[in-house]
Amino acid sequence: MSATTAARNPGIAKRPLWTRIPVVHQLRQSVGLQRGMLVAGLVIVAIFLLTAILAPVIAPYGFAQLSVAGKTFGAQQAPSPQHVLGTTVGGYDVLSRTLWGAQTALFVIVLAIVFSIFIGVLLGLVSGYLGGWLDRVLVVVADAIYAFPSLLLAIVMSIVISGGQSNLIGGVLAAAISITVVFVPQYFRVIRAETVRVKSEAFVESAKVLGASSFRIMFRHILRNSTRTLPLILTLNASEAILTLAGLGFLGFGIEPSSASEWGFDLNRSISDVTAGIWWTSVFPGVAIVLAVLGMTLVGESLNDLADPRLRTRRRAAGATVPPGTSAATAPEASTDVVGDLELGPRS
Amino acid sequence: MSGLARGEQAVGITDLTVTFATDGGDVRAVDGVTLSVGAGEVLAIVGESGSGKTVTAKTILGLLPETATASGVVLLGQDNVVTVSHKRLREIRGTGAAMVFQEPSTALNPVYTVGWQIAEGLRAHGKYSRAEAKAKAIDILDKVGIPNAAERVNYYPHQFSGGQKQRVVIAMALVLDPELIVADEPTTALDVTVQAEILDLLRRCRDEFNTAIVLITHNMGVVADLADRVAVMYQGKVVEEADVTSLFGNPQHEYTRRLLAAVPYLGSGTIRTQERAAERALTVSEPLVVARDLEIEYPGRLGRGGFRAVNRVSFEIGAREVLGLVGESGSGKTTIGRAIGGLTRVTGGSLTVLGREMLGVRERQFRPLRSEIGFVFQDPATSFNPLLSIAECVAEPLIVHGRARDARSARARVDELLEAVQLPKAFGDRFPHELSGGQRQRASLARALALQPRLLIADEPTSALDVSVQARVLELFAELQKEFGFAALFISHDLAVVDILADRIAVLYRGELVEEGTGAEVLGAPRHPYTRRLLASLPVPDPAEQAKRRDELRLLRNEG
Repeated sequence: MSATTAARNPGIAKRPLWTRIPVVHQLRQSVGLQRGMLVAGLVIVAIFLLTAILAPVIAPYGFAQLSVAGKTFGAQQAPSPQHVLGTTVGGYDVLSRTLWGAQTALFVIVLAIVFSIFIGVLLGLVSGYLGGWLDRVLVVVADAIYAFPSLLLAIVMSIVISGGQSNLIGGVLAAAISITVVFVPQYFRVIRAETVRVKSEAFVESAKVLGASSFRIMFRHILRNSTRTLPLILTLNASEAILTLAGLGFLGFGIEPSSASEWGFDLNRSISDVTAGIWWTSVFPGVAIVLAVLGMTLVGESLNDLADPRLRTRRRAAGATVPPGTSAATAPEASTDVVGDLELGPRS
Repeated sequence: MSGLARGEQAVGITDLTVTFATDGGDVRAVDGVTLSVGAGEVLAIVGESGSGKTVTAKTILGLLPETATASGVVLLGQDNVVTVSHKRLREIRGTGAAMVFQEPSTALNPVYTVGWQIAEGLRAHGKYSRAEAKAKAIDILDKVGIPNAAERVNYYPHQFSGGQKQRVVIAMALVLDPELIVADEPTTALDVTVQAEILDLLRRCRDEFNTAIVLITHNMGVVADLADRVAVMYQGKVVEEADVTSLFGNPQHEYTRRLLAAVPYLGSGTIRTQERAAERALTVSEPLVVARDLEIEYPGRLGRGGFRAVNRVSFEIGAREVLGLVGESGSGKTTIGRAIGGLTRVTGGSLTVLGREMLGVRERQFRPLRSEIGFVFQDPATSFNPLLSIAECVAEPLIVHGRARDARSARARVDELLEAVQLPKAFGDRFPHELSGGQRQRASLARALALQPRLLIADEPTSALDVSVQARVLELFAELQKEFGFAALFISHDLAVVDILADRIAVLYRGELVEEGTGAEVLGAPRHPYTRRLLASLPVPDPAEQAKRRDELRLLRNEG
């Protein structure tokens, strides 16, 4: 055995860095339907990101613009060359509002996820590793928050933070923090469960017998080993964040139309239009929400499937095309070490 | 009972090739294997992990995962399993060929009674009334030696011991009178004494039921005990096939010879032990570990008493001395090791480690002593942080105890250590999963020795390794012990392994120390009946010798 491994060793080359970046690695690994889902999701997410970043360039008007060259747009105008997707009841351009809305959504997603990841991961790690009464209290609190309808919680937070209405920064922050409160228990639970699992692994015990401090064990040995599911929850939560934001806006706890553009708020304003046969004010913000959520969910779900070796589909082995020499040499390692299984963790 | 006459072919494998699609490209696990087994014959397939022996066996039952592509012919009766339809395959399974799995506790469904599970197999292949199925289940349980079968047919799997569970699994395989039983490492998860009983049962299957058996194993003692013919697999190919006496007597292939040479023999350590004892006698020093009436109890659930894992155990480990701790699973040997390493609380008696009393010790008081204790874990696959390189892992103890600031500044020392355990320096930059099991266990030794501890605790360090790799790791362990002069507690379930390394051997049985002495004393003239049974159960890799020992064991059992 050792003779063959020694002979094989020079052959093991590190894969180039760019193929080990999380999403790129999974993209190269996927085949068939799973690849289709992932690619579709990635394309939609890319369009969403580009729209958000380039909104000032590609939107024909500002999100709060009511007139051009002194002439007002007019309310509820049908789609026309001046207003490709028509105007809203408030007299805003629908296309511009929809494009700018992507930016607001992105702000909120990024803030909400950054907040909740840091708090959730830290609490989960400490709670899972130390255990005891701290763990019990935190789990009860997390469960209590979990049991609330998330939108209700977000509304309460939004009222607490900003009194319900505010400007761009305040509104975005309020929305982000409300979503954070809903998400922290999710990250907390996932990281805590992983920590409890990793805690009983032999390498943690071996760190313990070396006399390493709890702090060192937590942050050097456990943290990175318990975050492999994080990218998945992250993408799934991003889509949920959009929904929560839209829900808040729809219920009137969103951001003022003059501070920022927000899909849920626009939907709210278009309710009366629907019965009047004015379809363009509601369809486009709605489609924007659906697409953004769909894209991120597709990415999340396919990452989820790809991360699990049992769910991952692979190309069928092309039996005859393998030169016997090379395959025989890799056979022992392949079965003992489960090639690929351990490489899935985020290594970038 | 089988439909075939003795010697008629039960399964014929011709030019079987199995290829797996993995993330790392295609892997050919089985490469042009040709084998055949006759009725009433036991064919053993031996080889190290990854040699393709299990894949070959699973192909016989059509149990390959979707990622595998098989070509060639596996003829079971009139059917070629490789190309046969799913429907026909279901019919063949159970009646044509059945399987006995490695881990009896996971092969049985915990929420159904064993009788139900046996009947399920029957119902899949014909019409049986509930009473008929139960009668048949009782009958077969009786045949595999479950006492009081009529009552125990209604028991759940957790109410049986490990060996009995494996009997139930074998009963499930036998109930439909298959022509062939594929037994994949049927005794690996069992204790040696239980293993001997299961091997007896399998032998009876062959003799009384006239079943053909394909036995997958890596244990050459088991092969010598049970097999009629042996096929040695290496890297997906059958390198040698012979009947059992000529294989052990006159191995042809280079790999077979290496494999046989690597098998530890009882009694091989006696001379070395005497040499070392003479050396040690020159220097008198305090013992490093002293246990007096040591008791360790695990707290029970509410309303129930705790479980006493270790009961009034007394022993000593002197400086530069290797104490081998032997016992079956559940005997408390690992618990003692963990208690010395400060991982499990001592609940009674006294345990002094390097001069500190462990009863009621606080982590803060014990931490400074940790640099004096090294620990090698059983499973090399999990004892390394998968995200740190080997060099970083080995540098951990140096950093934790302030001998180095970070992994980079410790690198020179790490390289020395890797060299000491005979790993190339360049391996430091690899990640744990890029090393084989044996290499990882050597790196684990390097980490344990980084601080030059006075005491090393090795908890079954070689039980997860192949025989050939195990021999090299044991050799290395002995060399390092000589060079660094640490005392060691060597925990193992394998008497032969302990015999190679240990100066003294302690035998644990159900939490109590039943025998202690030098290897020659314990192995040569065992006093306690358990030790005697343990010794007689250990199969030796020599068919003629093993047949003799089998008879001795039978006598011993009749006595007790």
